Amino acid sequence: MKTLAILLATSLLAATPALADRIFVTNERGNTVSVLDGDTLEVIHTIEGMQRPRGITASHDGKTIYVCASDDNLVRVYDAATFEELPSLPSGPDPELFVLDPVGDRLFIANEDDNLVTVVDVNTRQVLAEVPVGVEPEGMGVSPDGKIVVNTSETTNMAHLIDTTTYEIVGNVLVDGRPRFAEYTPDGQTLFVSAEIGGTVSVIDVATVAVAQKITFDVPGLLPEALQPVGMRVTADGSKLYVALGPANRVAVVDVASREVTDYLLVGQRVWQLAFSPDGSRLYTANGNSNDVSIIDTATDRVIESVQVGQQPWGLVVVPTP
Amino acid sequence: MSGWKTLGWSMLTAALTGPALADVNYRAAVIRVDSSGPLPISRLDLQPDDLGFAGADLATADNATTGAFTGQTFETVNVVATPDTVSAEMAKLLDDGITFIVTMADAATTVALADQAGDKALLINAAATDDSLRGADCRANLLHVTPSDAMRADALAQYLMWKRWDAWYLIAGSHPEDEALAAAYKRSATKFGAQIVEERTYEDTGGARRTDTGHVQVQAQIPVFTQRAPDHDVMVAADHAEVFADYLPYHTWDARPVAGSAGLIPTSWTPAMEAWGATQWQNRFEEGASRLAQEEDFEAWVALRVLGEAATRTGGGDAAAVRDFILSDRFELGAFKGQKLTFRDWDGQLRQPVLLAADNIVVSVSPQDGFLHQTSTLDTLGIDRTETECRK
Repeated sequence: MKTLAILLATSLLAATPALADRIFVTNERGNTVSVLDGDTLEVIHTIEGMQRPRGITASHDGKTIYVCASDDNLVRVYDAATFEELPSLPSGPDPELFVLDPVGDRLFIANEDDNLVTVVDVNTRQVLAEVPVGVEPEGMGVSPDGKIVVNTSETTNMAHLIDTTTYEIVGNVLVDGRPRFAEYTPDGQTLFVSAEIGGTVSVIDVATVAVAQKITFDVPGLLPEALQPVGMRVTADGSKLYVALGPANRVAVVDVASREVTDYLLVGQRVWQLAFSPDGSRLYTANGNSNDVSIIDTATDRVIESVQVGQQPWGLVVVPTP
Repeated sequence: MSGWKTLGWSMLTAALTGPALADVNYRAAVIRVDSSGPLPISRLDLQPDDLGFAGADLATADNATTGAFTGQTFETVNVVATPDTVSAEMAKLLDDGITFIVTMADAATTVALADQAGDKALLINAAATDDSLRGADCRANLLHVTPSDAMRADALAQYLMWKRWDAWYLIAGSHPEDEALAAAYKRSATKFGAQIVEERTYEDTGGARRTDTGHVQVQAQIPVFTQRAPDHDVMVAADHAEVFADYLPYHTWDARPVAGSAGLIPTSWTPAMEAWGATQWQNRFEEGASRLAQEEDFEAWVALRVLGEAATRTGGGDAAAVRDFILSDRFELGAFKGQKLTFRDWDGQLRQPVLLAADNIVVSVSPQDGFLHQTSTLDTLGIDRTETECRK
């Protein structure tokens, strides 16, 4: 960690910050993970040997990459430096999305087919618990203090709040159709849940466990059914929420304080999941139908570049170059 | 039902915030009317005993999973009837106080059931595709989850136009429902600018459809039947009665693709469908039913999910509240079609994309890009508000 911090610090100090990052992109149809260099924005490596990779995340030290290999029914694990495959983790059937707890020891994995959330210890590679949830669990989010993991179920249309100590559901919140993703604000006070079919983002007040407001989207020239909120990310300072709008080919920028949409950024086709660079200066988007990744400068909210990756990019994670 | 997962107790104890826990039991029925016709052309198309019911059971299980969080339970009665027994079976359901009934019957029977139910029940048609049911014969207590003939024809027509295959050779069967389906294709051709360059009728002369070495005669008959047609891009078959269309591919005089009732088929479902999360539905279905899903299974699932969604959104509302919600503009449903599905208020038809399936794959999904509409691109498929003959 110490060397990492120093690396990050030096890169921030540089006049033109060189982004010594690596972006790992799952290609759902290509059965690969594309690795981009954050500096050159070129594909430097393609990891093969997995079936239907979707959700992807990294250990908090950035050294290990976890991939939901949906059709392999396991979580594949890779060394972020060498791209070598490490021993896999059990995931339960058809893992789609997962979240790593703030400590970095446990993965909470949504199993679409079995109405379960599977909890796996990444060190011992043991399944710690299986939590029954609603129909078609998908989105996974974790509170900043790590006490609550949120799962969204796509056909039940709820966000299920799971206690990470007891593995019991402690709350359920009904949201709009096909909830896809759950994301807390850094202060842990607010939880956003995107609803793909409903076309909204529910703003859930964590204290009362109730929907306080729904954010809606409107792009001139697009019919409402094209506006399908999917992946979301909140900036580290909690000021802005970015929402991928799927077939609308746009990322919405939401001012968290006022909950108003301030901008729509045109990206690639069927934009799915989003990931920040470690320093937060860039947001990367996985664009499923145009087989590319768009890069957004978060200071100006301009799309600065797009890079071709593999077939049907689904998710991504960015780590400092080891 | 036994194949599907039951729920752990832990979830039952969790509180649902928002609507109060209601402890409501919802009772529904699926009534399927089987008539004794000849067997299908292909033995692969033999009807499974649990056709439709397996989809209904999955929907009931899905509704129950959600209900465990909301204090709602769901119960569905599956009824097999014949044209002779259906009225008595319906009377039993109505006497039993069941207010939500899914029908799988032909058009005439469906209308009769709707009239029999009157204001006692809301009916959802999950089988009859006839446009008349959404037009002159529409009923205020009857909704349709299965796409109409007009929607299916438009879905295929949009794709054929996108392919620039605009010269059609239309072959229709001799039954009235075949003629109605052919009329839907003619309407689509006019709507989207295709030309029907030749039209023929395949007479149903009765007899068994499958016989040992029957292919020898078919191989001789179909080329002769289809020969000497003007130049065309595609053959469109309107064979509602399922008498001949399966014989057309590879037997036509001219080397042209077949679409409609065989070849490239407009449908609401196929077990090959994987888009928009459909794989997880297929997996769930196959685990419970131990077979692949058919269109009727999906439609029964959609029909009962309409009830489940209304139960959730009304916070455990009674029959009147559920019915009002379903008929209101607030109702919307996710059903693996990439966008929310809603009911048309002018004829009770569920708006939905239509799949174009051939052999083992989904070839395309309509509406096609570029076919625009002022309110919803889904309304480029089927009978629009300004065209409807429904006066319910």
